Amino acid sequence: MEKIKQVTPEVLSKKENLLTGSQVLLEIFLEEGVKTLFGYPGGAIMPVYDALYDYKEKLEHIQVRHEQGAIHAAQGFARASGKVGVVIATSGPGATNLVTGLADALLDSTPVVCITGQVYAHLLGSDAFQEIDVIGITTPVTKWNYQVTDAEELPEVMAKAFHVARTGRPGPVVVDITKNAQLQMITYKRRRLYSVSANYQPVPVPDIEQLIKAAMLINKAERPFVIIGQGVLLGKAETELLEFIEKSGIPVAWTIMGMSAIPTDHPLAVGMVGMHGNYGPNLLTNECDVLIAIGMRFDDRVTGRLDQYATQAQIIHLDIDKAEINKNVKVDVPIYGDCKETIPLLTGLVNSRVYLKWHQRFKNCAKIEHRKVIQESIFPSGDALTMAEVIHGINELSQGEAIIVTDVGQHQMITCRYAQYKHSKSNITSGGLGTMGFAIPAAIGAAYGNKNRPVVAVMGDGGAQMNIQELGTIMQFGVNVKLLILNNGYLGMVRQWQELFHEKRYSFVTMHNPDFVQIASGYSIPAQRVESREALKKALQHMFNYNGSYLLEVTVDKEDNVFPMVPQGKSVSDVVLNKEQLKTKNK
Amino acid sequence: MNRKQEFTITIYTENNMGLINRIALLFFKKRINITKINAGPTDVAEVQQFTIVVTETEENIQNMIHQIEKQVDVLRAYYNADNESDKYETVVYKVPTRVIVSQQKVERLLHFYEANIVVRCNDYTVFEVTDQKSKINELEEALEPWGLESFVRCTGEKRLKVNIE
Repeated sequence: MEKIKQVTPEVLSKKENLLTGSQVLLEIFLEEGVKTLFGYPGGAIMPVYDALYDYKEKLEHIQVRHEQGAIHAAQGFARASGKVGVVIATSGPGATNLVTGLADALLDSTPVVCITGQVYAHLLGSDAFQEIDVIGITTPVTKWNYQVTDAEELPEVMAKAFHVARTGRPGPVVVDITKNAQLQMITYKRRRLYSVSANYQPVPVPDIEQLIKAAMLINKAERPFVIIGQGVLLGKAETELLEFIEKSGIPVAWTIMGMSAIPTDHPLAVGMVGMHGNYGPNLLTNECDVLIAIGMRFDDRVTGRLDQYATQAQIIHLDIDKAEINKNVKVDVPIYGDCKETIPLLTGLVNSRVYLKWHQRFKNCAKIEHRKVIQESIFPSGDALTMAEVIHGINELSQGEAIIVTDVGQHQMITCRYAQYKHSKSNITSGGLGTMGFAIPAAIGAAYGNKNRPVVAVMGDGGAQMNIQELGTIMQFGVNVKLLILNNGYLGMVRQWQELFHEKRYSFVTMHNPDFVQIASGYSIPAQRVESREALKKALQHMFNYNGSYLLEVTVDKEDNVFPMVPQGKSVSDVVLNKEQLKTKNK
Repeated sequence: MNRKQEFTITIYTENNMGLINRIALLFFKKRINITKINAGPTDVAEVQQFTIVVTETEENIQNMIHQIEKQVDVLRAYYNADNESDKYETVVYKVPTRVIVSQQKVERLLHFYEANIVVRCNDYTVFEVTDQKSKINELEEALEPWGLESFVRCTGEKRLKVNIE
């Protein structure tokens, strides 16, 4: 850590304190603007918890029921607030329980700082009680990690930890602190500022030549198409994007992670791309002449078959992470940089245009999709409730105001297809890793990350049971989240694939579920179950109006499928609208 | 671009513990086998150097370089195709001492290639040479008839250029 240089030589405040490493850690949290911590105490982190006893007024600590809950909550917090989520956990099992969340945060570029306790430095490597090689285990799932054995290192290491987590392409950081360092007394000077390692350059400087090249391509284009990813949200470039889109007149679609960067009802918005995205944006990806990808990473769920993805188009890729350029899709014009900087530069260079004919193509596709899929999903002719009509019901009540957190599976795809958003950072979901059990804890975090908006967690009956213990956190801290379980008695997405691609051999996807209403009442969370259309509307209304957390279980169609679908290994233009099309296209 | 060939990747990093693990995992993740690896200090204080030799396509190597440079503690990474002439290698040879003593030719060879004696005992002598790969090959050929007992090309190719801006 010797590389880190002190910038402001002395200090802003001359106050010098003799503090323990634990106290220093908490002081650093305050200096970094941290107000909320998610954590779970244990042996090796006890000195930090002891110090926390005196910081109760300044730091809000949410004591979860499982460390995985803590990190997902921190992710939810970060995604709803745009700030760094902070987690405290103990050594050994406390740290290993974080691994799934770290992987999730790495793939979804979520800024999280995790503090893990560690055994005394002199015991390291002795297989001491609750000792495990946390740095070794977390290396592939962190942006950066570091083990602190001497409290003197803490100010520098923590400055670097927060800086690395939040800058460039954000990501998770683990700082493993041995117990002796937590107890060690050091002289701590407040507000020491560090410039973190001069060599870490998180934001590349935009290349004007490339921008001009890109603008020339865009200005000559007849059928340009913009796909946005989470980079726009992470770069806080929503306004800049809107200006670009409105000036250039280019139709814009989003990836699942880029959702809510622009309002879903914007006239230039054409929907979601990807395996269960909208018909038009998928189909027309293979017809556009210039594809402008902003802060997205061409995930396989977005591109489908790579060698048939937008091969006709010139591709412009704006990204802050150089490693993403040319990783999956060969790019004609790469534009490195923070999109908050690069988008306005591009806006300045592009002509104001209207693409009436091209837009009409998207509108026609939307009409087809509406007729063949959406109409029947939202207003089903059968008696069974569909997932889409529940989400439609939420839209009517929320009017795009709610933050919607989803778990993983069919309900997630349905929610992302049908939910409407007015504001940025409204859709919180586990995109890259696809972590079932994400929704309840992430919703808790989102409720702390943005206290002004209602938070609705949508989940299936499978995912609901993967971190159901966090209902205890909701109870203890009176967290105001609405929990919506769409229960079809199956692991729906796996069942859908078994139905479509494995000759309906339903192998271990049936769920014999507990009584969710009773479970909720065990946690003093009011709840009800609805099974009919008449009851649904009333129940949703009741849930929305209820002052406090509420659980609503909706029994939905057991074998409802998510369409449109780009079958795995197929080109995006092979998107199918229903089972029949899938059969004919597969033949 | 799509033909597999030998590449040498040079990485300059901060001197942080565990970094070798982080870098090795990147190769493992892409299932690229490391043929040779060499790590050590550079003449710039606090800067470490890794030299890694792999056989891969250039396209994958370019992506790998980006993945490596993305690591917070990595300062710079670049690659060279292995047919380039500026490559140096360090080798250790063991020859019978009597050959060196009795054969002037051998002694001249060692002098010419600037060999450093590492161990000298009655039975054998161990010396070390650092030179271009082609020169090392020449030396090896020349020594062969005189009873080269054993040798180790113990290190990865080590570039002598240190260009940290």
